[in-house]
This record gives sequence, structure tokens and C-alpha cells, in this order.
Amino acid sequence: MRLKLAGLLIVTSTLSASAALADVYDLKIDQFERTVEGKTLTGVSINGASPGPLLRLHEGEDVTINVTNTLAVDTSLHWHGIILNAKMDGVPGISFDGIAPGETYTYHFTAKQSGTYWYHGHSALQEQEGVFAPIIIEPAAPEPFQYDREHVVILSDWLNDSPYKALANLKKRSNYYNYNRRTVFDLWRDWRNADGAQKTNVIKERLAWGRMRMDPSDIVDITGYTFLVNGETPQDNWNALFEPGEKIRLRFINAAAMTYFDVKIPGLKMTVVQADGQNIEPISVDEFPIAIAETFDVIVEPEAGKSYTIFAAAKDRSGYARGTISETPGAEAAIPELGPRPELTMTAMGGSHGDHGITNDKPKSAETGMEGMAMGMSADDHAGYGSMSAMETGPIVLSYADLRALTPYTDRRAPDREIELRLTGNMERYVWSIDDVKFGDAGPLELNYGERVRITFKNETMMEHPMHLHGLWMDLVNGEGDMAPRKHTITIRPGETISADVTVDATGSWAFHCHILQHAATGMFRKVTVIGGPQ
Amino acid sequence: MKYIFLLAGVLATAPASPAFAAEGDPVYNYTLMEADIAEIDNETVGAWDAQGWIGGDYNRFWWKSEGALTDGNFEDAEIQALYSRNISRFWDAQVGVRYDLEPKGETYGVIGLQGLAPYFFEVDAAAFVSSSGEVSARFDATGELLFTQRLILEPGVAFDFFAERDRSRQIGSGLSTAEFSAQLRYEFTRELAPYVELAYQKAYGETADFQRAATGSDDDTVFKIGLRTMF
Repeated sequence: MRLKLAGLLIVTSTLSASAALADVYDLKIDQFERTVEGKTLTGVSINGASPGPLLRLHEGEDVTINVTNTLAVDTSLHWHGIILNAKMDGVPGISFDGIAPGETYTYHFTAKQSGTYWYHGHSALQEQEGVFAPIIIEPAAPEPFQYDREHVVILSDWLNDSPYKALANLKKRSNYYNYNRRTVFDLWRDWRNADGAQKTNVIKERLAWGRMRMDPSDIVDITGYTFLVNGETPQDNWNALFEPGEKIRLRFINAAAMTYFDVKIPGLKMTVVQADGQNIEPISVDEFPIAIAETFDVIVEPEAGKSYTIFAAAKDRSGYARGTISETPGAEAAIPELGPRPELTMTAMGGSHGDHGITNDKPKSAETGMEGMAMGMSADDHAGYGSMSAMETGPIVLSYADLRALTPYTDRRAPDREIELRLTGNMERYVWSIDDVKFGDAGPLELNYGERVRITFKNETMMEHPMHLHGLWMDLVNGEGDMAPRKHTITIRPGETISADVTVDATGSWAFHCHILQHAATGMFRKVTVIGGPQ
Repeated sequence: MKYIFLLAGVLATAPASPAFAAEGDPVYNYTLMEADIAEIDNETVGAWDAQGWIGGDYNRFWWKSEGALTDGNFEDAEIQALYSRNISRFWDAQVGVRYDLEPKGETYGVIGLQGLAPYFFEVDAAAFVSSSGEVSARFDATGELLFTQRLILEPGVAFDFFAERDRSRQIGSGLSTAEFSAQLRYEFTRELAPYVELAYQKAYGETADFQRAATGSDDDTVFKIGLRTMF
């Protein structure tokens, strides 16, 4: 496969540095074919490519985007993380009716912000079929950091099965793609390797998982993806070129359907300067986890004459996306080991959850049997959100606790009220939900214009969920007070509770959902309606 | 009967929602079929056991069929058409009809519970009332032991109960027959898995008396070779 980012800079306007501040962009949603590992699938492209063309906008620009649908089905584009009028947000059924086959829809908005964002399809499962692309909004004022050259690094995952087929498979059998289940030999090995009293714990833990009808190997829903950097496979080896002495800004975007990545560039420190397009206090790390739909901007200083691997390991270690930073095209550097596949662990088994029999089951309940039990990920726990200062040795890994806004935001009111949202699911049915109710059965979540509301996510499932709120910023409550970072996507780990404060400063209706696309598709999704405000 | 199949057809053709998140309750389907052959008393016996569903996440049309042929002649053949409703995280309540084509035409009402018990046991329990008022019940449970990701041992038990004796069908009251089985299958894909199965069948109570009188034995061990398909 050799899908160059040919479309990357194809926009109708000439990108003059003076910035006309009122440009028109033409985009076409169309089918395309991609061959990975010998299998050709039809996907959906923007202007013939996936990722589609980079939209380079300017803060303050009046943006007009004409989107033409050449598919046989409805389509749409959503501008992820962009603050705009609700009608321009591009979510069918919430913002507008979608774009019918053969039609052209014109989006208008003023770019009121700057940074790295992205845009993607919001109809059916088209984003998983390839409908995504980067957005860069150049700031009006100089940025508080310097660089000589920049590259967009958009990470994605490609399945050699249509996403519709994959979802149908998961509905038949939710472990359809899990070929890492625990065998009797695994049990035997664990038992043999445990000493003395630990042997009974091995058996107890195995029985506890069985009693709860949960599988510790169930860490991702789908395996078998090929992981891509800017649309290119690890073999293609996308190159980020530099000249000696340059500082390079890498704009990472996780546009994957189902995959979290851990990103590192062996041999280079990465200075993280933006998260979700917002300036943060620069922080130097060796590695950072990137949830689906998040963006991180980092600055690296490669040494002259050297090449470096950009290594994005899939969270389940089933593969990696890879590119190379080098002075010459086609150069390669050593590729790190993937490391072992993580498993869910039960670390603090209480004695009170042993009776999850038939009689304890509540109708459509998401009772996951996690009371009195803490869950974590083994083998891979360094991606955690504890402060990195505790990690004296080993790589320095970015965590949410490290994110501090560079400048405080204007609205620092204490929240007027708190909304708790339990993230729930039923793996037996492959249904994902919020408060045990899937989108199809749920009414809108109502917010009042002008209020400051605390949204507390309580993850009761075994999987991490990247929750994305359209139209309104979420200020992550991470102990940084007035310097709390502002995000459009917040990830919540299994068993974890995280809060975000939201200033309700936009009117209209917005989508609010898990950005694991099969989770959104099966119901971990809400319509948010803002009551009141200027008409 | 035919109305139920008509309903199934309507459900199967219901369009899925075009939205990013599904509105309503989109329709999916599932079919699991096992077909095997065995040599019993010098006769070749072919048997099938199949079930599937069509529907949404919580409400489904569920069908089941099983039967056996001996040397090309149907010995048993039945089909069930059920409405299945998710009543808790792991369980569905089912209600509907069962029709026996062989050994004689008979219609039953069915009420049952199907789902996943603790320790990952797939359980199917159902009670039947025939058109002449005879009450019977079945209980099936299977588990899974993975040797590898594809080589899987599935132990199973099955019990049949009858409320009253029925001399014409050589059945006593209470527990009539039990089967203890072990299926070893190799999942080339999720869709296709050949298997071998060893099953020990035993009759109890008066049913055992009837069987001993007819064949001289109240138990049997059967070795089967079969193919499991899922789609």
C-alpha cells in the first residue's frame, strides 16, 4: 500500500500567508480502495484519500466548507473540538439532517480558537471506513513556544473487515475477535509458578472472574487491526523529514476507531506543548498515552545525521503504528519491542461480591460485580494517571495529573451542580450505555445556558472510554485548580471516577459520546440540549 | 406457525439506522448449527441441533431445532419458535411454541429461561405443555475449557423430565433421561469448527424399565463426528 498524503494540501484556496480570513474549501466524500496485507477493501475517503486533506485555517477566519456527497448513502462531517454554531457541528439527527447522496452542504463558521484539531464523518460507521483528516488553526498571536518545522502525525487503525461486519460479529459473540482468552495451560502455568499460599489465590482469582462472567483478557473488543501513521502501514514507514538543527513540532491526532496508543520516539525527549489544541505548561516526557480523539502537540530536537522511530504501540500490544524522523526519505531506525499484552487484574478482591447469581441480576443492569474490587491493567500500568514524579526510574510517561493550562481560563466559578454519568455496558449483548440506558432508549441530557456544571464520569466497565463533548469545553478536574487543562475528549479508565467542569456557553443541541466508535454506535452516546440562552 | 416465520422475515429486513449512534433498536442475527453422525447399534444416525435469533438487543425472535435420522429416516424432528426477552444482564425469558414433526405431529406451548450462568455455563431450561396437556421439561448446560485459542473442550449435561408416565412413548414420570457429553472442537474460524463428541446417555426410573425391556440396556455411549457452524 502506498497511499501518499496526496490530498493533504489540496484545498481550493491558495494558502497565502496573509490569510484572506475568509476562505472557501471544497471537500468531496467518496469511496476509495485500500489494500492492506493483500486484502482490498472499499473505504470512504475525503477528496480521494484517507486521511483526507489538511485544513489549515487561521484564527479569526470566516470559514466556508462545501461538502459534496458522492456516496449512495447519507454522509456528514464533524469538526472535532471546534467551537461553533450548533447547526454547523455536523451530527445527523442533532445538528442537521445529514448530507443526502448527490447533495452539497455548506458549513460556515468563524475559527475562534487555534491549535491542532481534526474532522471526521459522523454518519453510520463511515469514520471507521476512512473519513477523517487533520485541522490546523494558526493562532492570531505568536505561540509561546518555537519550532522550525511541523508534521501532522495522524494515527489510525484499519481492519480487514468492514466495520458493519465487525459490529454484526460482536453482536453474535462479543469475544469474536478475542484470541487471547485464558487457556487451561495458562492456569496450570500460573499455578505452577505461584508459591505456597499464592497457589490458592491463582485458583480463587480464576473462579472470581468466572463467577462474574468476566474475562481478564477482554481488554479490546476487536483485534486484527493494522495501525497507520498518516494512512501508511509500518512497512510503508512514513517519513518526517528535518534539516540539521531544526526543532520539529509533531501534531499527534488519534483518529483510530477502537485503538488507544502509547507513543514514544526512542532517543528523543518529547516536550508536550498542547493537549486537545490548548496550550499547556511544557512538559518533557519519554512517552505519552493518547486516547481515541485526543490530540497532543510535542516538540522534538533530533540530532543531525540521526534517524528516529515514531513508535505508537496499540494498547493491547497487538501491533504498532510507525514512522521515522530522518533527514533523508526512506531512512529507518530501530523498532522497539512491543512488550507483553496487558491483562485486567483484580487487585483487591473483597469478600462481599461472591453472590452474583440469577436472583441478584437486575433487569438491564450494568451490575459488573466490581464493588469491593479494584481493577487495573497489568504489564502496562505505566500509562497510568498518577503523578509521574513517583517514577524515579524508567521512562517518564505523561499523565493527566501532569496537564496544567498555560494560562487560566476566564470562567473559574465553582460548579452550580453536578451530574454523575455512569459509563456502563453489557458485553454479553455488546451494548454500551450511559447509566445503563443506550442512546436509542434515552432522552436528552439537559444543561442550562450560563451555568457551570460538573460532570462526573464513573466508569463501571472493564474498558477505558474516551468521552467527547461537542460544542462545550470540559475543564479537567485534575487537582490543578485554576490551571486545569481544557479538553474536548477525556478518557476514563476501568473503575475510575473523573470529573470535568463545563461552562455552558453555547446554545442548541450537541452530541456527547464515547469515541470508541463501536461503543458510540451501540449506545454510549447522549444528545445534550442546552436550555435557554440567546436565540 | 407460518405467521411467526413471516414476523421473522419482517424483522430481518428492518433497515438499520444511518446515524452515527443507532437510534432505536437495530436488528442483528445469529445462527449456530451443529450436525453430526454416529454409529449406534450398527446403524448410522445423523443428528442436528441448531438455534438462532433475529432481533434487537433486548427483544428477539429465537428459533431452535433438533432431530435425528437413522439410516435416512427421521426419528425425531422438532422446531421451536420463541419470543425472547432480555430480563437481566445475562438472562432471557422465552415463550412460544414447539412443533414435533417426528415421531408424531404434536404441538406444545413453551416457557423457558436461557442465558449465561456464573462460571460461563450456557444454560437453557424450558418447560413444555403438549396440546393434550402433558407437561415435560428440559435442562441443558454447557461449559468451555480452552486448550488453545482454537482447540476447545465443551462439557455438557442435558436432562429430560416428564410429569406423567406415557406408556405409548415408553416414558416414565420424573427424570427420564440424562446425557453427559464432551465435545472437542477446533475453531478454524469462529464460523467453522469440526468436532468429535463422546456422549453417555442413561435412562432413569420407569423410562429405564421401558428401555431395558425393549433393548436390554438403559444406557449407551455414543461417539459422534460433526461440524459446527456459526453465522
